[in-house]
Amino acid sequence: MWLELERSRHTHFPLGIHIFLQLNIVGLFFSYMNITRRTLSSACRWININCIRNISYSQCAMTSSRHINSKRIEGLDKNVWVAFTSVAADPTIVNLGQGYPDIPPPAYVKEALANAAAVDKLNQYTRGFGHPSLVKALSQVYGKVYGHQIDPFKEILVTVGGYGSLFSTMQALVEVGDEVIIIEPFFDCYVPMVRMAGATPVLIPLRLRSNKETSSVSSADWVLDPEELASKFTSKTKAIIINTPNNPIGKIFTKGELQTISDLCIKHDTLCISDEVYEWLIYKGHQHIKIATLPGMWDRTITISSAGKTFSVTGWKLGWSIGPEHLIKHLQTVMQNTLYTCPTPLQEAVAQGLLRDYELMGQPECYFSSLAVELEGKRDRMAAILQDVGMSPIIPEGGYFMCVDVTPLNQDLPHMGDDEPYDYKFVKWMIKEKVRKNQQLDATSYLRFKWHTIPFIYLTFV
Amino acid sequence: MLRRVAANVAVNSWKGNIFELDHKLIMARQLHARRIEGIDKNIWVDFTQLAADYKVVNLGQGFPDFSPPSYIQEALCKAVNGGCSMHQYTHAFGHPPLVSILAKFFGRVVGHEIDAFEDILVTVGAYQALFCTFQALVDEDDEVIIIEPFFDCYQPMVKMAGGKGVYVPLRPVSMEGGKALTSADWVLSSEELASKFNPRTKAIVINTPNNPLGKVYKREELQVIADLCIKHDVVCISDEVYEWLTYDGAKHVKIASLPGMWERTVTIGSGGKSFSATGWKVGWAIGAGPIVKHLKTVHQNSVYHCATAAQEAVAQGFQREYELFGTPESYFLQLPEMLNQKRKKLATCLESVGLQPILPEGGYFMISDISSLKVDLNDPSTQDEPHDYRFVKWLIKEKGLATIPVSAFYSPEHRKDFQNYIRFCFVKEDSTLNAAEDILRKWSD
Repeated sequence: MWLELERSRHTHFPLGIHIFLQLNIVGLFFSYMNITRRTLSSACRWININCIRNISYSQCAMTSSRHINSKRIEGLDKNVWVAFTSVAADPTIVNLGQGYPDIPPPAYVKEALANAAAVDKLNQYTRGFGHPSLVKALSQVYGKVYGHQIDPFKEILVTVGGYGSLFSTMQALVEVGDEVIIIEPFFDCYVPMVRMAGATPVLIPLRLRSNKETSSVSSADWVLDPEELASKFTSKTKAIIINTPNNPIGKIFTKGELQTISDLCIKHDTLCISDEVYEWLIYKGHQHIKIATLPGMWDRTITISSAGKTFSVTGWKLGWSIGPEHLIKHLQTVMQNTLYTCPTPLQEAVAQGLLRDYELMGQPECYFSSLAVELEGKRDRMAAILQDVGMSPIIPEGGYFMCVDVTPLNQDLPHMGDDEPYDYKFVKWMIKEKVRKNQQLDATSYLRFKWHTIPFIYLTFV
Repeated sequence: MLRRVAANVAVNSWKGNIFELDHKLIMARQLHARRIEGIDKNIWVDFTQLAADYKVVNLGQGFPDFSPPSYIQEALCKAVNGGCSMHQYTHAFGHPPLVSILAKFFGRVVGHEIDAFEDILVTVGAYQALFCTFQALVDEDDEVIIIEPFFDCYQPMVKMAGGKGVYVPLRPVSMEGGKALTSADWVLSSEELASKFNPRTKAIVINTPNNPLGKVYKREELQVIADLCIKHDVVCISDEVYEWLTYDGAKHVKIASLPGMWERTVTIGSGGKSFSATGWKVGWAIGAGPIVKHLKTVHQNSVYHCATAAQEAVAQGFQREYELFGTPESYFLQLPEMLNQKRKKLATCLESVGLQPILPEGGYFMISDISSLKVDLNDPSTQDEPHDYRFVKWLIKEKGLATIPVSAFYSPEHRKDFQNYIRFCFVKEDSTLNAAEDILRKWSD
């Protein structure tokens, strides 16, 4: 995985050192995910946790070679989030890697969980494909959003987070030998999931419009080349994965862009897997469009969403897939053979939250809109801070994250080693030299900010 | 070309008449992956729906209809009202307080130090632990020995991993002058078991206490299995979700504690079954680090995390149980004591109406032989189904009592030989058991 992405990173961004570094910064996001064992070990040393422990053989006899792993997981053991969530356990380290809020979830959602936990039968198994009150609430909310009725029992599957929906979709619909088109930059799990399903990831990058100045760049300036995209479709292409709003760049695909993708899906008879976990986090002047609502797309699209991102409760790990029965039924088959059902009280609480916000849809009190307004303020503050100190953020149209070009800082890092990409060395240097909790943060801060933590960063800047 | 034609036809249909899109033409090629072929039927999906459709006294699916202990409910409430971190992602392989206490607790039980961060994976129920284990260790054409009757998911999970299930049945040993009356009377033939091992055998799955039979494997029985695992270098997957529920002096033995077995065993446990909170879906796999690391790879590429608050609450539960272990206040002693009464109550009731129960030594369930019952199962919708399926559906629709057919716990090859048993769950309020008794008595009158 890392080798493929390394190659693609270097081949697709040829236009001079400035852009190379800028895109290389974005590539750092890939680097996070693609850290080799050696660099992960060194990363862990400076993150000050023992996340890669030498496996101790003193307690057990050497297991035989027949206890080796199955082929399907070969090479999929590295995962940078595994290392980075460990950081959260260490109070001396600031965790800005992973995307979760440090603002509290709305009170009515927590109350709903406390209430659910007090009801006896809500502590026992519920319906495997989704707790009835939850799928009915989802059917209501999304029926309104899509503009057509959605069958709660046949067209919805509740899963363990958006992650679980992605996995169920891949396992259900992606065959050994298939190709799956993935747009870079992408949420890292897409590639290992495609590989675990025995298929080949085919990557195509978003590219910065060539006439763009590097200050005041927005995620909208990162676009696909339609011809390049068309060239990626082959007779083996089973699906294309899109993520809108995108993690990490924050791009919201326009209707025109989605139309280009859907034309190709229809022409080549492929499926579309649309990861829309940040669907409500849309900033002023932009609109989230569901590719499944374009003509010809409902029947070939699985749309994935997340309660964790919708209600700022990532630790609840609930998500859902919505799509036509003839696709969802296969995801349901995977569900019943993998974990069977999701936790009941959490599903009940999300149902209550959705029903409350369904009544308020379109009004400012609706959490789906109020969260976006709150985060937009934080986005703007963070962007201003970064610009003030000479960095060039890519202003996201949506989502949790902001990518930043640090080349204007002209930071020379010869002591950080020769054999790593500049962006990787920069972040390493930043964390090692500059960041400790409760200490004054230097101007050189994180590459990819999860800017729910703006109050924290803001305070330490003062 | 056919696909392009089909796609074009689909587009034309769309343009021509927006409401008459024939989705069958959308993709001319196969939609679903081959790995899910043949595993789309699921007994729980079918029978849970049926029990919901009819007003029934539900002794079918295995979950309590009484509340979890108050301290565990309080632990969840406390976690919910805890800080921000309770509602955000925790450590991927298990919330640190949970893995730490599991290591401590089970290290003491198994008599072997367990590393919280190397030897444990927390999963979405024991079900997901099973899934991770099969996906991590079973390759195309590997054989996995499964002892019948078995919890139904083992077979499709092995199939989905491309492996081949090899089945060996527990058989009732005929006693002098009568039938096998307890789960202890159902045994494996050592020779038959040994004959199932060959160079392609990757793993054997055992479940003790067993679902549906309730058998609690004795040390000697586990030793036979362990000897074969060591001889043939095979992994043992030990599903021990009912580990606290043993009756009449039967003792639960962990196969991982036998010599030579720690390094080749994955032991699976369940917070849901331990604390009567099946809806929380917190489970775990414990084993030697070199094996568990592969389960972690599957986990991080499938769900990545489990819910934080539920893990925190289970951690609190185990902390309490660690301190009270072996004392009368321990829920792990109180629960089997309470369930033992219910087990006896149900057995008495079944006997009195001519349904011969097989008294379980452990677990949630009791199976009963229905071959002596003569019932007119005149339901054309169940015509081609095994006898026990037909009977169970009839019992739901006509008598309002839900149970589960035991042939569902047998391999497709052997199902037809075990069509005369149904399974009752006795982990229910006394009022539920009384209602079941009323139905059975009325029927037998």
